[in-house]
Amino acid sequence: MKILVCISHVPDTTSKINFTDGDTKFDTNGVQFVINPNDEFGLTRAMWFKEKQGANVTVANVGGPETEPTLRKALAIGADAAIRVNTEAKDGFQVAKELAAVVTDGGYDLVIAGRESIDYNGGMVPGMLAALINANFVTNCISLEVDGTNATAMREIDGGKETVSTSLPLVIGGQKGLVEESDLRIPNMRGIMMARQKPLSVVEPSNASVETTSVKFEKPAPKGAVTLVDADNIDELINLLHNEAKAI
Amino acid sequence: MSVLVYTESEQGKFKKTAFEVASYAKAVADQMGTSVTAVTINASDTSELGTYGVDKVLNVSNGDLDKFNANSYASVIEQAAKQENATVVVISSSADSKYIAPLVAIGLEAGYASNVVEAPSSTAPFTVKRTAFTNKAFNMTSIDTANKVVGVSKNAFGLVESSASTSSEDFSPSIPASGVTVQSVDKATDKVTIADAEIVVSGGRGLKGPENWGMIEELADVLGAATACSKPVSDLGWRPHSEHVGQTGKPVASNLYIAIGISGAIQHLAGINSSKIKVVINTDPEAPFFKAADYGVVGDAFEVVPTLIEKLKAFKAQNA
Repeated sequence: MKILVCISHVPDTTSKINFTDGDTKFDTNGVQFVINPNDEFGLTRAMWFKEKQGANVTVANVGGPETEPTLRKALAIGADAAIRVNTEAKDGFQVAKELAAVVTDGGYDLVIAGRESIDYNGGMVPGMLAALINANFVTNCISLEVDGTNATAMREIDGGKETVSTSLPLVIGGQKGLVEESDLRIPNMRGIMMARQKPLSVVEPSNASVETTSVKFEKPAPKGAVTLVDADNIDELINLLHNEAKAI
Repeated sequence: MSVLVYTESEQGKFKKTAFEVASYAKAVADQMGTSVTAVTINASDTSELGTYGVDKVLNVSNGDLDKFNANSYASVIEQAAKQENATVVVISSSADSKYIAPLVAIGLEAGYASNVVEAPSSTAPFTVKRTAFTNKAFNMTSIDTANKVVGVSKNAFGLVESSASTSSEDFSPSIPASGVTVQSVDKATDKVTIADAEIVVSGGRGLKGPENWGMIEELADVLGAATACSKPVSDLGWRPHSEHVGQTGKPVASNLYIAIGISGAIQHLAGINSSKIKVVINTDPEAPFFKAADYGVVGDAFEVVPTLIEKLKAFKAQNA
């Protein structure tokens, strides 16, 4: 089985979010970038398929050279090879289209992406990619088993979960549950050394068009200070929630 | 030309989000000088949609669609959009709708913006405001294609009543074969879901152990709320993963979010900060949650929560 894990290069959650160039660009100054958490659960599940079922695992990203450390980290965790599509990621459609070209060229059976990235949170790429390559698609995926060309997956739904049967080729929008937090791997020195020898190929983009344009960023208005209520005066809390906040 | 809205139902009944997306579609249609068509799948009574500005309803009733299937549902919406010459498709942010939307976007060759919080600031270019960086910022995005798909955030636009005389007709799209088949659904039907709840009561590690969740459930019960928990609590196995809210868990966009014994790690706040009113109860006045909350009580949950339950019961009895 050939697996492609899509890796989004995202600012760490604790990063300060600022913008430059008249609020049109994200300010990367001092920001630490990481593998998108939802993708990391998928990557770790892919490692399981590699170790237990002999799968071959490639990771891919659409982005400039600055995203390579994130791909190297995925290699250090255990992926066999990495592909970087050498273009700036502009919108979900363009990224999905570039990844579709990678999948078609490489003949992957299973594509594991995250249900959404933690920067733009669009949740667009996995579904669009599946539709573009005409593959089956399961998002919010919390468990995945593959047997030959048949797959069984669980999807988190509002208020519960459902079990679905499907088949390869398949695209997954993964999240926590595919593996647990405690299963995530921190690259060790041997992994880091080996990652340097593994192939990281840079492919030129197919110049997919964009369908949406980021015009400007805004930050939410600063929040007012918290209203503290004395622990001995819970009546006041109920009064505030009822009369002021109108929430109960 | 028209605006098409997919109004989601469950067991024949509309969810509140269906009325919210209908309200949103009406606002878009007014700006564009056109009408709103809703497409519904196996909904039993569609008359209520008129209250939120829907001019025409396309009713799909088909037993093959009783179980949700993303490909089939996306195909229904695409066929409805084509029949109505709709250039804008409005959809909610439920788990199912977010599953469908990218498929519809590719099917209609439409640009897609998700997590949209306001009516378009202009329709030419079609520019919407969406959340980004896990609610730490907004991004103004223009959709540059002829067809557009807009995913509306829950509880952001709200319900807007505007009476319309609604016509209704049957719609019988063809249902394509799908490579994904639902085998079983595991869903508690007697509990409010985190996705649908107006109020969410959430517990953290400050509660010391799973045996202390009785008061969280009782408080939720009094308020008609859903229960949730922080990541450490689900990682420790005190509560099921399905209750975990935060960045890697479920997002919360309720009216009221009550955090008990949760310090407010940035990953937690990222998942819940779309909630309108946030209340924190914590022993530590330095807990970061106090900076994010609207109301706070510095105190021991084991004293504050039972008092709150008792007083809320009295309040509910008085205001019933």
